[in-house]
Amino acid sequence: MPISPRLDAATAAANLADYKPAYNAQEALIEANRCIFCFDAPCIQACPTGIDIPSFIKKIATGNPTGAARAILSANILGASCARVCPTQVLCEGACVVLDREGDPVKIGRLQRYATDYVTEKKISVLKAPAKKSGKRIAIIGGGPAGLGCAAELAQLGHSPVVFEKKSQAGGLNTYGIAYYKMAPQVSLDEVEMIKSLGVEFRCGAEVGKDIIVAQLEKDFDVIFVAVGLSGSPKLGIPGEDLPEVVDALKFIEEIHSNPLHQVAVGERVAVIGGGNTAIDAVTQAKRLGARDAAIVYRRAQSDMSAYEFEQELAGTDGARFMFNVVPVEVLSSGGHVTGLKLARTASTNGKLQILPGTEFVEPFDMVIKAIGEEKQAGLLKKLFPGLELDSRGVVVRNADTGQTNLPKVFTGGDCANGGREVVNAVAEGKKAARGIHAMFANEKISGPVQASRLGVKGAPPIGSGFDKPIRVPELEEEYFKNGGK
Amino acid sequence: MADLSINCAGIKSPNPFWVASGPPANTGYQAERAFDAGWGGVVWKTIGDPIVNVSSRYSALNLGQSRMVGFNNIELISDRSPETNFREIAEVKKRWPNHAVIASLMVDTRERWHEFVKRSEDAGADGIELNFGCPHGMCERGMGSAVGQRPEVAETIVGWVMEVAKIPVLTKLTPNITDVTYAARAAKRAKSNGISLINTINSITQVNLDNFCPEPFVAGKSSHGGYCGPAVKPIALNMVQSCAADPEVQLPISGIGGITTWRDAAEFIALGSTSVQVCTAIMHYGFRIVEDMCEGLSDYLDSKGMKSVNELIGKAVPTLQKWETLDLHYKRIASINYDKCIGCNLCYIACEDGAHQAIALINPNGHGLGPGRVPGKPIPEIKEHECVGCNLCSLVCPVDDCITMVSVDTKRAKMSWSDYQAKVSRGEMKPIPPHP
Repeated sequence: MPISPRLDAATAAANLADYKPAYNAQEALIEANRCIFCFDAPCIQACPTGIDIPSFIKKIATGNPTGAARAILSANILGASCARVCPTQVLCEGACVVLDREGDPVKIGRLQRYATDYVTEKKISVLKAPAKKSGKRIAIIGGGPAGLGCAAELAQLGHSPVVFEKKSQAGGLNTYGIAYYKMAPQVSLDEVEMIKSLGVEFRCGAEVGKDIIVAQLEKDFDVIFVAVGLSGSPKLGIPGEDLPEVVDALKFIEEIHSNPLHQVAVGERVAVIGGGNTAIDAVTQAKRLGARDAAIVYRRAQSDMSAYEFEQELAGTDGARFMFNVVPVEVLSSGGHVTGLKLARTASTNGKLQILPGTEFVEPFDMVIKAIGEEKQAGLLKKLFPGLELDSRGVVVRNADTGQTNLPKVFTGGDCANGGREVVNAVAEGKKAARGIHAMFANEKISGPVQASRLGVKGAPPIGSGFDKPIRVPELEEEYFKNGGK
Repeated sequence: MADLSINCAGIKSPNPFWVASGPPANTGYQAERAFDAGWGGVVWKTIGDPIVNVSSRYSALNLGQSRMVGFNNIELISDRSPETNFREIAEVKKRWPNHAVIASLMVDTRERWHEFVKRSEDAGADGIELNFGCPHGMCERGMGSAVGQRPEVAETIVGWVMEVAKIPVLTKLTPNITDVTYAARAAKRAKSNGISLINTINSITQVNLDNFCPEPFVAGKSSHGGYCGPAVKPIALNMVQSCAADPEVQLPISGIGGITTWRDAAEFIALGSTSVQVCTAIMHYGFRIVEDMCEGLSDYLDSKGMKSVNELIGKAVPTLQKWETLDLHYKRIASINYDKCIGCNLCYIACEDGAHQAIALINPNGHGLGPGRVPGKPIPEIKEHECVGCNLCSLVCPVDDCITMVSVDTKRAKMSWSDYQAKVSRGEMKPIPPHP
């Protein structure tokens, strides 16, 4: 049986409504007053875009939400979407000192949403690009978070970026790939509008390499910023994979974002293959769209799942099932439609996964969603820029401070350069690259951004004071936040 | 259980907690609810010739999410007739013979004062409080704080009252003066049995930034209101102690000003109050707060081995002395408990920008830090040789008992400013060089 939509419009809308509803003004005030306005606040350091969080929260507390939004958006142009999709538990809120004091951090994400929503709803523009333009033109390939972060920063620095986006709308995964109950696509589209108002030009539906060639870009633009993200799911490599009810998780989520919710087809019994955050997004949305049974099918143990713990919990409360240490060996079908998965049990010895012979069994499913990670864009990148240096994983090699690649006029950032991280990392890398590009135009050496709350420290930072360290210490950070900031 | 009963200037009550003269003490109904809840006394809302009030009347100072940290009002004395008030006092006294009912009075001429004192006594009031304090409205008519601000006028009027009064008289003092002891001494000279303080402070709590009219708003205008609530407690404590310590005053004191908890009350009592009066906290939470006040005070007295609240009265008065008597050789410095430090660094920035630059931010390596800290994030360290012991860091620290002030032995004998001046003038020591 082919799959079909399962819910009426009202139920679908209710099921996929914001899982963290917006604060009203009083709720925001109460929460903002919990912030103790740290000096050199750990939350700022835990934010890849370095938003001056205590300042923006203080502004909410003083009744200045416009100023709060200005503080947020000047550091992170996608502050509204990051407020919703950031894993704040392991970033700003994970570092919040109030968490240390009383076990419950200031809800930074929700306050950020309050401030950014305020200016969006009231149509207050808090940022502006200088009237005097440098005349420099930058082609940005990819209108996702990295591209947008770069474009917005460049526009504010007086340059003229043009974003080439192959889809009909910009925003990338923010527009098409976020769990609907976390963020509706309109939030992302509003951000694109705000970036447009800074003077950034968008050419949507224009695929570089097809609709416009790189040689043309090189001719028309001073610099190219590559932010092509990742490509789709790899093949499972099992029989039945091409059946119509076997879909990519991101395709499934894109469906949800491109159609009225009650017209999105979903199986009655849905298997989601994978153990990452996208698998969780897929299984929760399948469940919320009316699947009677939705199961995570993961080849390793729960402790190996790359999905954040709080995401796993969410899937649990949504009523999803978890099947661990099993791997699909065949998608079963009847009459050209999926009827189930043949699974085999696995065992892991010294980290090496083994399929245990003779353990095969069948689970009935009528939809299979693949969430087994995305492939790198090595093929596309090699085609567009034959001289571009990629590492063994297929991600672009670049200067971490400036985003510059081995091709001096090609910069990069986001998933295609970091291998796939959070939205906030992509924005931060886009912004960083914009500063790198700006520095190159000005023939200056790039210096790290100054953290606002550190201003006022006299003279050069004393050696050993801690201020002689850069604001961001990515290598420490990765180690540190790997285990949720413990 | 410690004995909470008191005798304030001859007015007896089962506990020291009195409802202050104000909106909660406006009617017999409220007085009975107060006694039901456990209040020891009620100072009736000031009785005088009937007035007319405005709408609106109250305004507040909020702090973050804390409401009514400060409060003000432009309401006048009782808007009910003296007949009604005295009749209700009599009714309440009949039902509550062992609780204190004090008639607060405000009239103008000698004859009227004589008349109102007599009517209070006839109603069965246990005492009289003379309202020389109201800073709004009535003072424009030569009453309230207009009296309290001129000791010679206050003395005359207390004298009129004492000519006829057979029950104890408390003179209520206004804080809207430079030195409250002048008015207190005037009350003493005129033979007042006790004093009560403070009345409310002249104030404007807030300005509406849309219509530029302060609150409380009355048809586009406002008026200076009487300020009270938790924010005025430090001012009240200072004035209570000044009167308690003044050798010329030596009168029983009923303490008033921002009292909200048993702890506030204990502080007023320790600084010389025999009874305490509460108004704003009741306006905020109702009469029920007295239950914890009684229990908390009783438990506190038990924990200190005091059998009666009378043992607490004035206990802290002598420790407050002139600055010139303080020991210049005493020193305390800040100490950070790194097990409790959450790394907010408020202590650092407070000291750096707001005080004496005696806290450094250092590399955290080697300090056993708690969870949630970003690696490499600087942590505060006290520069002990720079620390003047000002307390600021311990005051801003948001974690209880994280920064404590520790006494250090300076190995120098006590030397006050007076001692120092004497020694220098006698040539026994050189002047201490100024701080660089």
